[in-house]
Amino acid sequence: MPKRVLIVKPGLDGHDRGAKVVARALRDAGFEVIYGGLRQTPAQIAAAAIQEDVDAVGMSILSGAHNQLLPEVVRLLRDQGGDDILVFAGGIIPDRDISPLKEAGIDEIFLPGTTTDSIIQYLRDRLSTPETPGGNHV
Amino acid sequence: MTIRDQTRPTEAGSLPERGEPQQPAPGAALRPEVLREATAARARWEKATAAACAERPYWKEDFTTISGVEPPHLVTPEEVRADPVRDIGVPGEYPFTRGIHPTGYRGKLWTMRQFAGFGTAADTNRRFRYLLEHGQTGLSVAFDLPTLYGYDSDHAMSLGEVGKCGVAIDSLADMEVLFRSIPLGEVSTSMTINSTAPILFAMYLAVAEQQGVDVARSVSGTLQNDILKEYIAQKEYIFPPRPSMRLVTDQFAFAAERVPRWNTVSISGYHIREAGSTALQELAFTLRDGIEYVQYGIDAGLDVDQFAPRLSFFFNSHSDFFEEIAKFRAARRLWAEEMRERFGARDPRSLMLRFHTQTAGVSLTAQQPINNVVRTAIQALAAVLGGTQSLHTNALDETLALPTEENARTALRTQQIIANETGVIHSVDPLGGSYLVEEMTQRMVDGARDYFRRIDDMGGMVEAIEAGFPQRELVEASYAFQRAVDGKRKLIVGVNCLQVDDEPPIETLVIDESVAGQQTAELESLRARRDGGAVERTLDALRRGAAGEANTMPLILDCVKAYCTIGEVSDALRDVFGTYEEPVVF
Repeated sequence: MPKRVLIVKPGLDGHDRGAKVVARALRDAGFEVIYGGLRQTPAQIAAAAIQEDVDAVGMSILSGAHNQLLPEVVRLLRDQGGDDILVFAGGIIPDRDISPLKEAGIDEIFLPGTTTDSIIQYLRDRLSTPETPGGNHV
Repeated sequence: MTIRDQTRPTEAGSLPERGEPQQPAPGAALRPEVLREATAARARWEKATAAACAERPYWKEDFTTISGVEPPHLVTPEEVRADPVRDIGVPGEYPFTRGIHPTGYRGKLWTMRQFAGFGTAADTNRRFRYLLEHGQTGLSVAFDLPTLYGYDSDHAMSLGEVGKCGVAIDSLADMEVLFRSIPLGEVSTSMTINSTAPILFAMYLAVAEQQGVDVARSVSGTLQNDILKEYIAQKEYIFPPRPSMRLVTDQFAFAAERVPRWNTVSISGYHIREAGSTALQELAFTLRDGIEYVQYGIDAGLDVDQFAPRLSFFFNSHSDFFEEIAKFRAARRLWAEEMRERFGARDPRSLMLRFHTQTAGVSLTAQQPINNVVRTAIQALAAVLGGTQSLHTNALDETLALPTEENARTALRTQQIIANETGVIHSVDPLGGSYLVEEMTQRMVDGARDYFRRIDDMGGMVEAIEAGFPQRELVEASYAFQRAVDGKRKLIVGVNCLQVDDEPPIETLVIDESVAGQQTAELESLRARRDGGAVERTLDALRRGAAGEANTMPLILDCVKAYCTIGEVSDALRDVFGTYEEPVVF
């Protein structure tokens, strides 16, 4: 069974280039990717994650609203029985915000310059997926 | 790189259509004996190159541009396809390949226009006055995301976003503060606003009137107002494409009559490029967007020469130097040719493509950020050599946050150094006639025309967007680029090569989280003190006008003067037009 990952953009910024590149790379690497699209509120993200029964939620945010929005997603997931869902994020996140976000339950934060390979490897490690034979491993 | 080479000359046989000029044979401009000699010299060079390569292979395999296109290794005179008179010409003459002004930068330097905005209107007003005191010659306003998206600062969707990416504007009251002590009859202002452009335009005019400025004679500036590129790239749309286009054409008609010095739309390639397009895609989609606006204006009953002179463009300047310069030169020629051939425009100003440039934010690295000054300087030089009318140079910390005051100043100094110290302003179009630049310009022209044909065949840009075509092209190009970076076929200094360990963090601007609280308190006070009856009346009139055929601009002006908030005016339009969800493409 391929692992299921929700890629989504919380907040109001429309910069979806990174989210789409990651979604595509994960799909090519054998993950089942649900692309949740733009301007999703924490409530919408948590609901989609539970409903789609995903293994991980990846959120891309470049607007500066990460401190308000990302921990709220974790809190709502926990409230709704989604404690086992891995939450990771990427985007423009200042260094000073990283450790508070991790303490709030964001498992990993990928910053500009990250390779798609390292995100794929991270998810394989954390979700313990063996490499898919014939998958488009980069 | 796996990006198709779309700038290759079109295969013979598929050209021309619509009476497009047949390209003369390469070298046609040369005297026969020169052509013979040049051809022989070319053959000698090819032989010598092949021998050298056999002896010592090239040091890398990939010599493609950042767009994944291989430029010519060498262009010799007999290969140049652009006709020296018809296609290149002189500055100030059709088709304006070499520039729209005969005098180049001797007559007028480009406008140094640094984009700024953050926090409250009072915070941004202070930054504007700082920039004007340091020699900036025009203003450029960045609005925060709730303003761009038509939400008041106290709306649930605005959580965490107020004042972050730009200045928070909720009503005319904020706009009055934003331009306090700035004479709107003397300074020109560019506003980066799209879905809610008519509302901010109305607020600006209302402030100018309050200052006693003669709007028809003295107010000048630019709205970005390019909704098509929102669907393609930046994604700050609210309404579906067709009613959005109606708002744009309403502004064309309103401004042509009442604010004749206003540029009603700045047709933007910048965001298309930032979202991952190639240089050619940026050029082609932007110009095709421009064609779409002109077509809609004509379909709305306007005369092309009545509004086309007020259209302006906005391009990205990326790091691949000659590709960028070729793009700018090709843009001018293509626009002139399309406006004349496709639309029969007669006013020379309708044929002239004027453009603003911003250096490529996407090229900046979080790693070793001081290196970004170098990248920006090179990109700014390309824009100047390409003949830009105005320029924003990015600050070195913009990949991390909004710029600090010091970094914003260095960014402005970068273009002041180009203007004052390098001498590149002395000659018009200094690279005109370069075999390489002319050939790359011609390839850009050919590639863009090929895209125009494909989009025309779909029925136009609105239809192409509805079908997800430009969106898909961007997804493919940005993914190909990321793969090339991941695979180190494209090297980015500090990111996938030449890294350093233990970089010291740099100081970045922190936006005060109290902005949302201040805006919310101000909104409460505004709602209590304004005339509630006038608010209801003007919003109702807007709903009725939008549902019918009325020009929405005067109705929106009435709303803002009654201190309706941006959320209220946007909601009135949402009630009538509905909202848009994009097709998912990745």
